[in-house]
Amino acid sequence: MTNIVASMAGSVWKVLVAEGEEVKEGQDVVILESMKMEIPIAAETTGVVKKIHINEGDFVNDDDVLLEVE
Amino acid sequence: MFSKILIANRGEIALRVIRTCKNLGIQTVAIYSEADADSLFVRQADEAYCVGKPPVNQSYLNIDEIIRIAKESGAEAVHPGYGLLSENAGFARRCVEAGLVFIGPSSDIIASMGSKIEARKMMKEAGVPVVEGIDTALDNEEQAKEAGKKIGYPLMLKASAGGGGIGMQLVNSEEELVKAFEGNKKRAESFFGDGTMFLEKYIAEPHHIEVQILADTHGNVIPLWERECSIQRRNQKVVEEAPSPFISEETRQKMLDAAVQAAKHIGYSNAGTIEFLVDREQNFYFLEMNTRLQVEHPVTEEITGLDLVEQQLKVAYGERLSIKRENVERKGHAIEVRIYAEDPKTFFPSPGKITEFQLPQGEGVRNECAIEAGSQVTPFYDPMIGKLITWGETRSEACARMKEALENYKVEGIKTNIPMLIETVSHEQFLSGYTTTDFVNKYYLAEKATN
Repeated sequence: MTNIVASMAGSVWKVLVAEGEEVKEGQDVVILESMKMEIPIAAETTGVVKKIHINEGDFVNDDDVLLEVE
Repeated sequence: MFSKILIANRGEIALRVIRTCKNLGIQTVAIYSEADADSLFVRQADEAYCVGKPPVNQSYLNIDEIIRIAKESGAEAVHPGYGLLSENAGFARRCVEAGLVFIGPSSDIIASMGSKIEARKMMKEAGVPVVEGIDTALDNEEQAKEAGKKIGYPLMLKASAGGGGIGMQLVNSEEELVKAFEGNKKRAESFFGDGTMFLEKYIAEPHHIEVQILADTHGNVIPLWERECSIQRRNQKVVEEAPSPFISEETRQKMLDAAVQAAKHIGYSNAGTIEFLVDREQNFYFLEMNTRLQVEHPVTEEITGLDLVEQQLKVAYGERLSIKRENVERKGHAIEVRIYAEDPKTFFPSPGKITEFQLPQGEGVRNECAIEAGSQVTPFYDPMIGKLITWGETRSEACARMKEALENYKVEGIKTNIPMLIETVSHEQFLSGYTTTDFVNKYYLAEKATN
């Protein structure tokens, strides 16, 4: 299992996947908003989204787990 | 003059307004979010009130709370700064309804200029040249395709409520237009709450040149020369200068005339900026009007010797402009760079704690900056941490001073765009004075890629 973490502090603007959905390596799964800019977060491995830890609008810190991929 | 005003903003611009107020003996009321409690502007203001949690929609955009604080503190007027609520017609209206003077134009004018389609129409009426395009909203792809056929490609697809390049895209064919339409409409909806789209002809390699105007409430309008802001990244300005090194004296006078005509036609008051795109042949076209003080106003101050915030306060108080167009000075050359907390190559934000900080000093060097050593650059707000302005008798002197000042600008703990700025102001293309809005892509990023 791999954790997908926030690359920087910001708020969660969009969650692009749902639990149970298959994702491919390099696919954008979450878009953060930091300092008025959209920061796309991509999956590092191919797999199935096991759990989503955040909701749109949440504030996350650097390295916080956004979702788990199995 | 006012005896007390509230500043509905933060950081650098809040400090800038406080400085002029101190000179004029006006008391200042600051508002701040929990993330800004330790900021310089909070300490420098005569009074400061916490307005809410760090995210802007819970603090600096909370109109009810800001007006409540303004009334309770006894402020007579509100300075909105730039960004945040500065171009929010609803906020301007609410201030006036609460018996406060809004330091800016009327809410009706803010609303009209905030709609790019409406602004296009009004400028045409005023006789100001606009880019060939359509003046009605495009509801769907079919309408967009039809309009595209009429104007001809390449085109710029734009959001009427847009800003900062969001919802805007260059399309070279009908296929690209169809592909871009829905996505940009959605982005505009989610960012601005308004997905109205329109099309304009694409101007290749344009210069971005804008005219600063000052208008009082008695019908007097004067232009304070122009600024060239062609160096941009992500459709946002990075380097600005006055005067423009590109345009001829004849074009300059035509642009100043057009700006005055536009402001008079719409009944503008206070400080404002008319932005133009200028093509290779020096044809100029209205782009948009900014109904507030601009980030880059210091370069105009440097060449004219005027304090624009002071002028704003006087006009808002109902005073007549005391200067005439023919008496506005144009002395030497000024350049401003925006120091951003961001990676100099990818332009991604770089929040964090500033461990060491030292500003450059010297002849012709001016700093507008709201941070100090130990400051935390938070992810909640714009990444700009300061502005550096240099002045010289000539453009080359201003450039040389800028390069030296940037080399002595010391920020540790976060990444900044200073390396990119140094390269820009030493680049032969920049030094030649011919800069277009594709400068960063063409010279800076392209050279990064080949190195």
